[in-house]
Amino acid sequence: MNILERYHAMEYGPAPEARNEADAWLAGRDFAKALFIDGAWKAAASGKTFGTSEPSSGKLLAKISDAGAADIDAAVAAAAKALPKWSASSGYARAKVLYAIGRAMQRHQRLFAVLESIDNGKPIRESRDIDVPLAIRHFIHHAGWAQSLEKDFPDHKPVGVVGQVIPWNFPLLMLAWKIAPALAAGCTVVLKPAEFTPLTAILFAEICERAGVPKGVVNIVQGGPEAGAAIVNHPGVQKIAFTGSSEVGKIIRKATAGSGKKLSLELGGKSAFIVFEDADLDSAVEGLVDGIWFNQGQVCCAGSRLLVQEGIAEAFIAKVKVRMSRLRVGSPLDKNTDIGPLVDLTQLDRVKGLIAEGAKQGATCWQPDATLPSSGYYHLPTLATSVSPANILAQEEVFGPVLATMSFRNTEEAIELANNTRYGLAASVWSENVNLALHVAPQLKAGVVWVNGTNMFDAACGFGGYRESGFGREGGREGMFEYLAAKLPVGAVIKPAAAGSAQPVEQADGMAIDRTAKLFIGGKQVRPDGNYSLGIVTAKGKLAGEVGLGSRKDIRDAVAAARACKAWPDATAYNRSQVLYYFAENLSGRADEFAARLVQLTGVAAKAAREEVELSIERLFLYAGLADKFEGRVHQPPARVVTLALHEPVGVVGIVAPDNQPLLNFVSLVAPALAMGNTVVAVPSERNPLLATDLYQVIEYSDIPAGAINIVTGRSAELSGVLAKHDDVDGLWVFADADTCAKAEADSIGNLKRVWTGNGRSLDWASSEAAGEAFLRRAIEVKNVWVPYGD
Amino acid sequence: MSSTIREAGAGAGASKVMPLPARAAANTPVPSDHGIARNPGMKLDLGFLESVRSVNRSALERRVATLTKRRSIKADNQAAWLLRAIACMDLTTLNSNDTDERVRRLCAKAINPLRKDIVDGLGIAGETIRPAAVCVYHPFVATAVDAVRGTGIHVAAVSTAFPHGLAPLSTRLQEIEASVRDGADEIDVVIPRGLVYGAKWRELFNEIVAMRAACGDAHLKVILGTGDLATLRNVMLASMVAMMAGADFIKTSTGKESVNATLPVGLAMVRAIRAYFEETGYLIGFKPAGGISTAKVSLDWLVLMKEELGRPWLEPTLFRFGASSLLTDIERQLEHHLTGHYSANHRHAMA
Repeated sequence: MNILERYHAMEYGPAPEARNEADAWLAGRDFAKALFIDGAWKAAASGKTFGTSEPSSGKLLAKISDAGAADIDAAVAAAAKALPKWSASSGYARAKVLYAIGRAMQRHQRLFAVLESIDNGKPIRESRDIDVPLAIRHFIHHAGWAQSLEKDFPDHKPVGVVGQVIPWNFPLLMLAWKIAPALAAGCTVVLKPAEFTPLTAILFAEICERAGVPKGVVNIVQGGPEAGAAIVNHPGVQKIAFTGSSEVGKIIRKATAGSGKKLSLELGGKSAFIVFEDADLDSAVEGLVDGIWFNQGQVCCAGSRLLVQEGIAEAFIAKVKVRMSRLRVGSPLDKNTDIGPLVDLTQLDRVKGLIAEGAKQGATCWQPDATLPSSGYYHLPTLATSVSPANILAQEEVFGPVLATMSFRNTEEAIELANNTRYGLAASVWSENVNLALHVAPQLKAGVVWVNGTNMFDAACGFGGYRESGFGREGGREGMFEYLAAKLPVGAVIKPAAAGSAQPVEQADGMAIDRTAKLFIGGKQVRPDGNYSLGIVTAKGKLAGEVGLGSRKDIRDAVAAARACKAWPDATAYNRSQVLYYFAENLSGRADEFAARLVQLTGVAAKAAREEVELSIERLFLYAGLADKFEGRVHQPPARVVTLALHEPVGVVGIVAPDNQPLLNFVSLVAPALAMGNTVVAVPSERNPLLATDLYQVIEYSDIPAGAINIVTGRSAELSGVLAKHDDVDGLWVFADADTCAKAEADSIGNLKRVWTGNGRSLDWASSEAAGEAFLRRAIEVKNVWVPYGD
Repeated sequence: MSSTIREAGAGAGASKVMPLPARAAANTPVPSDHGIARNPGMKLDLGFLESVRSVNRSALERRVATLTKRRSIKADNQAAWLLRAIACMDLTTLNSNDTDERVRRLCAKAINPLRKDIVDGLGIAGETIRPAAVCVYHPFVATAVDAVRGTGIHVAAVSTAFPHGLAPLSTRLQEIEASVRDGADEIDVVIPRGLVYGAKWRELFNEIVAMRAACGDAHLKVILGTGDLATLRNVMLASMVAMMAGADFIKTSTGKESVNATLPVGLAMVRAIRAYFEETGYLIGFKPAGGISTAKVSLDWLVLMKEELGRPWLEPTLFRFGASSLLTDIERQLEHHLTGHYSANHRHAMA
C-alpha cells in the first residue's frame, strides 16, 4: 500500500512493540534454574521443568524449573531463617528496600511490560500503562507503611513466614499486591507464580537480587499445583495469601483449617455493572470496555453482568454493539490491540463451552463481525442478551470477554439483581445523580464499588471481596492488617465437652419458683424445637437449672431471625451506641443477681464475681462508645477521586462462646459484633449458659430490636458445626476445643464465611487486650467506594 | 491492514445499531462541496436537550487519556494521516495586525502546502492534498477569495463580533452578509457565551437560526468558545442547540479564550454530534481550533474522530482543524519521515 492509498484508507495499521530486548532476556537465562531460594538460583530438586508458551502463537517460550515439595521446604526454611533479622530490622531499613525495588522496576518497566504481554497475551497498552505502573506504585506506597508500621499499627507484630500463590491474569501486579505489604509488615515470603505466566516473577527476583533484598526474604518458586499444595500445607508457613478461583480458594480454606494459619483469599466474581437511566450512557459504554473487555475479560472483578434500566436498555445495547465493533482483536504486542488472546487453550475452550451452554439456556449471543488471527487463543468480544438470572452466563464466572445483560425496572430491583450472586467482589454504578449512586453503593454486597467508573485500582485503596469472592483486603491500611497479627491475651486450652455426663438430681439452694430457661430467638423466648433439655450443674455439682437443648432447627430459626432483622444494621451508629449504653445500664441494675449466678455456677469468690460483672458492664460501655467511632477512611489514590473505605457490618455473625468467665466472654464477643451493626446468633458457654439466659431478660427491656441478638443454648460443638455449615451465616467466631475450631474452619467453605477461632484456646477475657479494635476489625467488612469527581 | 479493524456500522447485522451512511466506505478525494445532505435544523426540542445533559467529566477525561494511548500510528500510515490533517485544515490567520499581503502569503501556502521534494518523495504528486479552507477576518475575505480562485480552497470568515460575539444581533448579521457578499463560502460565527450561562436556549437558538439564514449557501460553523463555558455539560447543551438551529459545523474555540481546544471538550462535542445524528440522521461537522500546533496532537484528534464517529468524519466535509502553525510542523514531520532527519522550521516556506 502506498501512502496515497493509506491516505484514503485511514486505517491504523500495525504498530508493533519491539521485543528484541525481551527476546534477548529470554535467550540469556537458564530457566531450568529459575527457583529463587535464599538469594540463589536453583534447579528443582527433582530436575523437572514445565513449559511456558506464548498465547498469541502457542509457541514454547521457556522450560522452567518445576518446584516440588523439597524445593518448597528449602524456600520455607530460607524464609524462616531470614525472618528474625528482617522483622527486627527498622521500618526505615525495610522502607529503603521497598523503595529500591520500586525504582529498579521503574528502570526496567518496558522490559516488564513486554515480557508480561508475551507470556500472558495481554495487550501491551495494558501491561505498559496499567499493570506495570500499578505494580511499581505498590512498592513505593508500601515503603511508607514499612517506615510508619510501629506508629500506625501498635500492638501488632508481623505474622511470620508467608506463603503466596498468585494467578496468571495479572502476574506482576498480583506479585506486587502480595509481596509489597508482606515486606512492609516485616514478613518473609515464599511466592509461587502461576504456571502459565512465570516470566515477570523471574525478572522481579533478579531485581530483588540487585535491590538489596536480604537473602531469604523473598523466595520465588516456579511450579504447579504440587508446589502450591506444598506451600499451603507447610507447617513452617504462618499465613497463606491466595488469589485465584473460588474453587481452589475453598480447597485452601479446608486444607488450612485448624492449622492456625492466617488466610486471605481473593477469589472469583460476577460483578454487576449497573447503568441507571440518568447515567452518561456514552461514558458507561466506555466503562464496559474497561470493565469486561479489559485483559480479555480475564479479570476477577470484571463487570461481567450488565444491569441496565429498562427505559434505556435498547438504546444502550445499541451503543454497546457499535463500540464492540470498534474493538481491535490482535497481537498483544501491537499498540493498537484492544483484545489479545486468552492465556491458554484450556481457557479458550472453557469460555467457548460456557457461551454454548448459555445460548442453550436461552441467551442470545452476539459478536461483532471480525476475523481472528489464524494462530493463538483468540476469542471475539461477546454480548449475551435475553439472559435470565438462572442462566449459566449470569451465574458462573466466565473469565473471558463475555458480557451478560439483564434489565431492571427500579433501583430496588437493580440492587436485588446485583446481589443475586454467590460472589461479592466488585460493582460499578453509573448515574449522574450522586444521591442515587451513594444510595446504592452501600447496599451492594461487594468489596469494591466504583461510581461512574470501573476497574480502578490503587495501592492506597483496599481491594477484596464479600461472600464467596473471598476475604481479606489488599492495598491501603486495611491490606496491611493481613500481614500483621494483633496481640491477644491467649488463655487456657479448651477441652472438648465430656459426653453424656450424669445429670445431677439435687437442686441447688435458693431456687424459689421453678424457672424455665428458654432459647431467645427473634426477640422471643422460645422452647427448643426438639423439646429436650440440658441440666446445668453448679460449681458444687448440684442442679442449677435446665436449659433448652438447641438443635440445627433452632439455629436455622435463629439465623432466619438474625437475617430478617433490618432495624439493627440500618440503625445509626449513634442509635446503636445509645442502645448498648442502655443495655449496660440495665445490666448494672441487676449486677448483684448476675454476680450471685457466677458464684453459683463457677464457684468464684463473690468479689471476683462482682468484678466480672463490673468488667462486663464496662465492656458494654466501651463498645457503646466505640459504636460510632470505629470509622472508615477516605483514601487518596493519585487521581481526582475520593475512595471511601466504609466499615460495614459483616452481616449475620455466629458466636460460640467458651466456658471461662461466662458473662464477660459473652459480652466481650457479642458487644463488638453488635456495635458494628451485625446481628448475632450466640451459642453461650455450654457449661454455664444460665448467664446468657438470664441476660436475655435484660436484653428484652434494653431496646435491642428483635432478632439483633439470638441465643441458642446446647452442645457447643454440635451447634458450632451447624453454624459453620449454614450458608446464610456471614461470620463465625468460635472459642471452643481445637477440634471444633478446626471443623468450623473446614465446614465454612459452603459460603466462605469469615471464621475466627481461638484455635482450641480461650482468651483471658479480663485482659484489656481482649477488647477494642482487634475485635471490631473482625466485626466489619471494608468496602471501598470509588467516587471520581469533577464537573 | 488488519482484518480485525472494524468501522461503526460494520456490525450492521445487529439490530438497533444505527448504521452510518454508505459514505463510510468512500475513499475518493473530497469534493469541493459538501457531498452530504445539509442539516436543515429542527425545532428547539428542550426535552431532547434535557436528555443529553448527562456528561461525566471524569469519565470523559479517562476516555481521552486512554484513547490517545490505545492507538498508535506509525511509519507510512503516520505520513498518510498527517496528509489527512492537512486536507482537513482551515489554515488560519486571525491577528489584529493582519494585512492583505499577509493573507496572500497564507493563501500561497495553502495552495502549495508542501515542498515539492516532499510531495515527490511521498509519491503523492498525483493528487492534490492541501488545506480545505483559509480562515480570515472579514476585511481580508475578498483578498483571499481572489488569491485562491480556481483552487477549490474555501474561504472562511470569522464573523459576528468575533471573538466575543457581543455586538447587537443586527450588526452581527450584517457582518455575515457582508462576508458572504465578498465571497466567503464558510462563516465561522461565535455565540454570546452568556446565553449559555443563562440557559437562554430559545434566544441562542433564534440567534443561530438568524445567522444561518444570513449565511445563505455559505456553510455555518458555530464557535462555542468552550474555554468560556466552564463545564462539559454546557458544551454539550450549547452544541446541541447549535445543531438544532442549523449549524453545519460546531467548533470549539476562537483561539482567543484562555483555554483552547482540549480533547475532553472535543469528546463532548463529537458525542453531541453522534446524538444529533442518531436523533435526526444528519451528519454535522466538527472543528477543533486553538492550540493545535503539533503533528502529534493532530493525530490525537484524528483518532478521536475515527474512534467516536468513524471514517466519514475524517473528510474535510465533516472535520476541520482550525490552525495556523500546525501545517509547518506537519511538513517537518513529513520531511523526517522521508529523510530520517529532524527538520527545522526555517527550511519550510512560511505562511
